[in-house]
Amino acid sequence: MSAEKDIVLDVQNLKVDIPVSAGMLHPVRGISFSVARGETLCIVGESGCGKSLTSLALMGLLPKNAQRSADRINFLDQDIQNLKEREMARLRGVKMAMIFQEPMTSLNPSYTISNQLEEVYLRHISSNRAEARERAIFLLGKVGISSAESRLGQYPHQLSGGLRQRVMIAMALMCGPDLIIADEPTTALDVTIQAQILHLLAELQADFDMAMILITHDLGIVARVADKVQVMYAGLTVEEGPCEAVFDTPLHPYTSGLLRCIPVPGKTAPGQPLGTVPGIVPNMVGELQGCMFRNRCEHATDVCETLPNSATQLANGHAFTCRLSPDAATRSEGA
Amino acid sequence: MKEEAALEVVDVSCVFRVNQGFMKGTKALHAVNGVSLKIPKGKVVGLVGESGCGKSTLANILLGLQKPTSGNVLYSGSSADSFSQRHIARRIQPIFQDPYSSLNATKSIKSIISLPLRVHRVGAPADWDRKVYEMLDLVGLPRRVAQSFPSQLSGGQRQRVAIARALIMRPEVIICDEPTSALDVSVQSQILNLLQDLRQELGLTYLMISHNLAVVEHMADRVAVMYLGRIVEEADAATLFRAPSHPYTKALLSSVLTPDPHLGVPDTQLGTVFPNPIDPPSGCSFHPRCAACMDICREQAPQPQINGAHMAECHLDTAAAG
Repeated sequence: MSAEKDIVLDVQNLKVDIPVSAGMLHPVRGISFSVARGETLCIVGESGCGKSLTSLALMGLLPKNAQRSADRINFLDQDIQNLKEREMARLRGVKMAMIFQEPMTSLNPSYTISNQLEEVYLRHISSNRAEARERAIFLLGKVGISSAESRLGQYPHQLSGGLRQRVMIAMALMCGPDLIIADEPTTALDVTIQAQILHLLAELQADFDMAMILITHDLGIVARVADKVQVMYAGLTVEEGPCEAVFDTPLHPYTSGLLRCIPVPGKTAPGQPLGTVPGIVPNMVGELQGCMFRNRCEHATDVCETLPNSATQLANGHAFTCRLSPDAATRSEGA
Repeated sequence: MKEEAALEVVDVSCVFRVNQGFMKGTKALHAVNGVSLKIPKGKVVGLVGESGCGKSTLANILLGLQKPTSGNVLYSGSSADSFSQRHIARRIQPIFQDPYSSLNATKSIKSIISLPLRVHRVGAPADWDRKVYEMLDLVGLPRRVAQSFPSQLSGGQRQRVAIARALIMRPEVIICDEPTSALDVSVQSQILNLLQDLRQELGLTYLMISHNLAVVEHMADRVAVMYLGRIVEEADAATLFRAPSHPYTKALLSSVLTPDPHLGVPDTQLGTVFPNPIDPPSGCSFHPRCAACMDICREQAPQPQINGAHMAECHLDTAAAG
């Protein structure tokens, strides 16, 4: 493990399998990544690419019938794969915390904000109620909620969507976690609130020196907040690397295709057709048969019937899994 | 600049009475507060704003689903009162945000698309199948999905079904309420391209309601920005995106996250609190969140300043003009 960076989470070859009536479903087919303290890793992909299951697998929150396997999942230098449920529960919420997409459904409507914030603290850190309350008030202030003390007595339905998401963030921070996993934290929010929440997350991450994994489908968010990017397609990483490298020179046809789909004020000509990635996400049941993207790829040739054994690595940690040479993959950029 | 308006609202207001709790009576909520908007024939008008600003209520008024408390809705220049709901529905059709909940899960695609024909008894029943197939071709779906059910289709395909259903009556105006926000980016671009193609092919008029300003900029000819029941700025899309004048429009524009890794997350300077529409702020309703708030903004509501085709409601403009 690298010494210079303080690696918080190191995942090697993570797989999730779910038995279904048609056979074995492989929503995550072996992905690897690591994230260091103070670093933001963005996992980006379309619905069904396995990004949310990846986060649940890390937290040990997969549905009962799903099976997780990996070469290693090292969290704070400890392999958490074989931890018992009780030991895992001790990590969850304390050392690793999660922020979910829907602040509407992830807060319990029948408990007050103070109940929900203090619960995790009382359970894991100390049973001193005054201390828990003090921490809750401190964090509500941190996440930008004014008059925190009066908010504590309120119920989730009395708060707006943006405020609820701030409460969720405060809740994740209650025990001072080392790793925050945020699964689409701003999808349900207005654009103006989205910018504020992302701003806040970045600020808190620096303040508390945490590692963050942000899972989203929005490339705009990724470009603005990520240090490292991981583009997922059909349960596999198709491209990864430093944020600038991936956005400035996307090498996998899927990444460049996605980037051409987005209207960008000032860049795409209004009214002109946008780029598209035709077709739909392939069926995830059964074993891999060549490159999963070849049916939607404009550059696909016969060699794509088999998948390259390993990703093509470039100097700066930028890597992509495609049979095409980097020149061929970026050819479409000029078009 | 004389353009024929396919659809127009003049000084429309819509007030709901909101229950304040047991024995506490009701209070007025001005969901739409004196809005005038013209949708010229063959053009795309974008309507943007945060949730709760009244854009969906305005859409419902335009669709004839909600009676305005005051003001007039004009269809091709004639008052809505002279038309029946049935007639309005033939000319104006909606496309909703979530194709997962806007299609009846127990009906086949054929039955969903042909429902407007059956309701309005258009043409001979023998022709309905043919019309459904024509529509499927038009929106780029294979004919075999006619026998499928919504659950068998992907999100993008469902949204195409919703578009086919809206178009089968050959309406003049389509009201798209967040047509792509529930979809993936690769599907979003397909649907936006389809809407553009259909518009050219059929000469449609769109009202695009969206909070995604990048989408609005791409699609719209004219854009109206709504805040707390009022249109605070309205201009041609190119003008509005190049030189916004209202501070709220500027904040909205700055919060668009373009995929540019060299920029950070913007600081919109907006406070956290979207005001309570039951108890709106005094003066300019935007003043508590405005970075350029002046004394006059707290006391007096700004009057619309019209500069050619550019309208804005802000004291900053009044000061600049006077």
